[in-house]
Amino acid sequence: MFDFSVITQWIDQLLRGVMPDAAATVVECVIIGLCLLLGYSVIALALIYVERKVCAWFQCRLGPNRVGPFGVLQSVADMIKMLIKEIIEIKHVDKFLFGLAPYIVIVASVAAFACLPFAKGLQVLDFNVGIFFLIAVSSIGIVGILLAGWASNNKYSLIGAMRSGAQMISYELSIGLSILTMVVLSGTLQISELVEGQADGWLLFKGHVPALIAFVIYLVAGTAETNRGPFDLPEADSELTAGYHTEYSGMHFGFFYLAEYLNLFIVAGVATTLFLGGWMPLHVPGWEGFNQVMDYIPSIFWFFGKVGVMIFVIMWFKWTFPRLRIDQLLRLEWKYLLPINLLNLLLMVIVVVYELHF
Amino acid sequence: MMMLKDKIVARMPEVRVEEGASLLTLVTPPEQYRALALFLRDDEEARFDFMVCMTGMDWGDSLGVVLLLESTALGHRVYVQTGTPERDEPLLPTVSDLWETANLNEREVYDFFGIRFAGHPDTRRLFLRNDWVGHPLRKDYNADGLVNPVRLESDETPDDTRSFLSGGGEETRSLFDDEEYVVNIGPQHPATHGVLRFRVALEGEIVKKVDVHCGYIHRGIEKMCESLTYPQMLPLADRLDYLAAHQHRHALCLCVEEALQVEVPERAMYIRTIMDELNRLSSHLLFWSTLCMDLGALTAFFYGFRDREKVLDIMEETTGGRLIQHYNVIGGVTADIHPNFTRRIKEFIKYLPPMLKEYNEVFTGNVIAQQRMMGVGVLSQEDAISYGVTGPSGRASGWACDVRKRRPYGVYDKVDFKEIVHAEGDSFHRYLVRVEEIVESLHILEQLVDNIPPGEFAVKTKPVIKLPEGRYFKSVEGSRGEFGVYIESRGEKTPYRLKFRSTSFPLVSVVPLLARGSKIADLIAIGGTLDYIVPDVDR
Repeated sequence: MFDFSVITQWIDQLLRGVMPDAAATVVECVIIGLCLLLGYSVIALALIYVERKVCAWFQCRLGPNRVGPFGVLQSVADMIKMLIKEIIEIKHVDKFLFGLAPYIVIVASVAAFACLPFAKGLQVLDFNVGIFFLIAVSSIGIVGILLAGWASNNKYSLIGAMRSGAQMISYELSIGLSILTMVVLSGTLQISELVEGQADGWLLFKGHVPALIAFVIYLVAGTAETNRGPFDLPEADSELTAGYHTEYSGMHFGFFYLAEYLNLFIVAGVATTLFLGGWMPLHVPGWEGFNQVMDYIPSIFWFFGKVGVMIFVIMWFKWTFPRLRIDQLLRLEWKYLLPINLLNLLLMVIVVVYELHF
Repeated sequence: MMMLKDKIVARMPEVRVEEGASLLTLVTPPEQYRALALFLRDDEEARFDFMVCMTGMDWGDSLGVVLLLESTALGHRVYVQTGTPERDEPLLPTVSDLWETANLNEREVYDFFGIRFAGHPDTRRLFLRNDWVGHPLRKDYNADGLVNPVRLESDETPDDTRSFLSGGGEETRSLFDDEEYVVNIGPQHPATHGVLRFRVALEGEIVKKVDVHCGYIHRGIEKMCESLTYPQMLPLADRLDYLAAHQHRHALCLCVEEALQVEVPERAMYIRTIMDELNRLSSHLLFWSTLCMDLGALTAFFYGFRDREKVLDIMEETTGGRLIQHYNVIGGVTADIHPNFTRRIKEFIKYLPPMLKEYNEVFTGNVIAQQRMMGVGVLSQEDAISYGVTGPSGRASGWACDVRKRRPYGVYDKVDFKEIVHAEGDSFHRYLVRVEEIVESLHILEQLVDNIPPGEFAVKTKPVIKLPEGRYFKSVEGSRGEFGVYIESRGEKTPYRLKFRSTSFPLVSVVPLLARGSKIADLIAIGGTLDYIVPDVDR
């Protein structure tokens, strides 16, 4: 299986050969940052196109089909439109916080994005508490949403932001606990080790019953974390027009929009890493020929393929279910998901202690 | 009814009883008005618990109101008329505490005629701006554009309201406290289905009070009708509730035909009935779609629209119109049916049931949808009658109020169909009634489509129609309730007064009652399941 660290190390040595170490580190940081941002925006644009096509097919429509073949350039055109649109100044808003909010949201999601292992040897941030760091930075996004709602001086936005705060803080618990369950099983917090540990079988299969429960809970809570239907209360368009980003225009709105899709990607990426083996190919013990064929598929395809499936599932939720009400949403979390999650964690500990897993 | 008449004459000698073409009219001086109203509502033989229609009147020498009352238990109807010669500060007693529907209706009368109702809790203009000069439905109203020019500044919404006291004088109270968090839902809002505005006092997510503001699409149709001949005013009826255009025009035609005593050919009656049901199908399918969208199920919205399109195609082929058909005329319909008409209806009858099954799988059976609607916005039967909530919303509260059954018109007496009634009165059953009515409409179509008799599709009528003197009321079952037309004629080619009994107006008036204490999301579910159409509210 091809290891991307060959390329990264070659670039590293090349740079160190022509300049001092400190300068090389700076240049590397800049290159990595640019690559991340580029990947970030390309993935977001692709996801916007995919979402529009998927939703169109669910709804017996064609979706975008005018710009480029099959409409693939539609979201590029949208991006250009968004970039050249005026950012409207709203009267009586807290200008500093109003302008700051979209950047907080986007910074939080870029930081979380950097933690994902895209392929073998292709990971930006990897240290011993990686998954913990990922949870921590991804929850900074809530601050941005609360600020946006508060600074907009709009009652709809404020209600949207309050809903968002209540929802995110609640579902963060479920996400954290279901990740913890998997950490108990794999015995490490480092993302690369988490993936390496799944070489002989994905954690979803290794951990059987408790892993499956954690997976379902993670999917539900992850959908809620990304503010997507049926949990899209913070921006419930039929109730609050657009929720916390009602007053934003131009690229400020574009940042929220990008972050929303990237958060979808991150949630799917974490699900892939934790439960579906990350970039590990599918191996069936005993089927040597099959396993070798699987190994020929590059790891980056494995990662994006699995993420794609997860994203499709989350989109499927959105285009099928009606929206929940705020009290039902909180009841689901505090009365059902959280207790189940705690019991599940206990179950996982028992499974690990008595070595009942595969 | 005769016994009741004797009883009234014996008890209240001041009340004059006039016998009209079809109904009794009780003419009472203002002093006896409340006593008569109370008697009519509470007496064992009267039991007029449903106010069908309240019409403000300017007779020239006096200003007043005409009530049309109905007893839901006994089925009889009566007009009550009262008036005052005072023109500067006319004052009549209120009946808004006896029938809840009178609350907004009296505000409408105040707006259009300037009649104040002593004891009415909330005397504000309902449709027009607060700085409007004059009362437009008065006969001496100055319609000069200089008196009421197009104003460029926005209308301030006052937080205070006043009520007039019976002894003279008035008292002011404020609608919202200073600490209350008041949010505007509308006039531009995705879930109000038009330009309707609610001012909602919130406590967190919980709705404390709802204040309804209408008039953003008020076009003065009743005023316009007073200067149009009867055939000329027909297109205006289509524009009230655009999802029940055909049914509303049907009511106006029926009312004029009844006054003229025109015999409509049987073929026209069949065609009209079929069209009414197609219109109901298209309306209920749109209801289903938009409700799903309001509750966040966007895919379902497209399913509903896909199927509604097929109904519109059938109607378009015959009438040329999709949303508004302009098909009924006095004496029949404008043109004969298209040769494909029956074939396409039969195809549609076969097409829809599997789709309905899909609807039920996607939405009715969905646990989130059920939780969002069950037990939300419960309307009791008493409240439904008192607020005059007819149609599917009334039937969901256990009130069998279908005009097609109670006062059959067209050929509804010849077809067999079930009146869908549920007792629960919550949003889910309002939804269910409509879904089940789709099936019943298909059932009606099935019985009619093969039996359209041959013959003329319209009788010839004179281009200028003069209705004989008198008052006429005719109602049909519109897509969302009883739609009535009240005409007071003085024998001229234009009506002296024409009033449309709106179907959506009572639905909007009941929103504050249903939404109190529920969540914002419930307000949307309540509005969605009541299914009001704003142009019909504002007229």
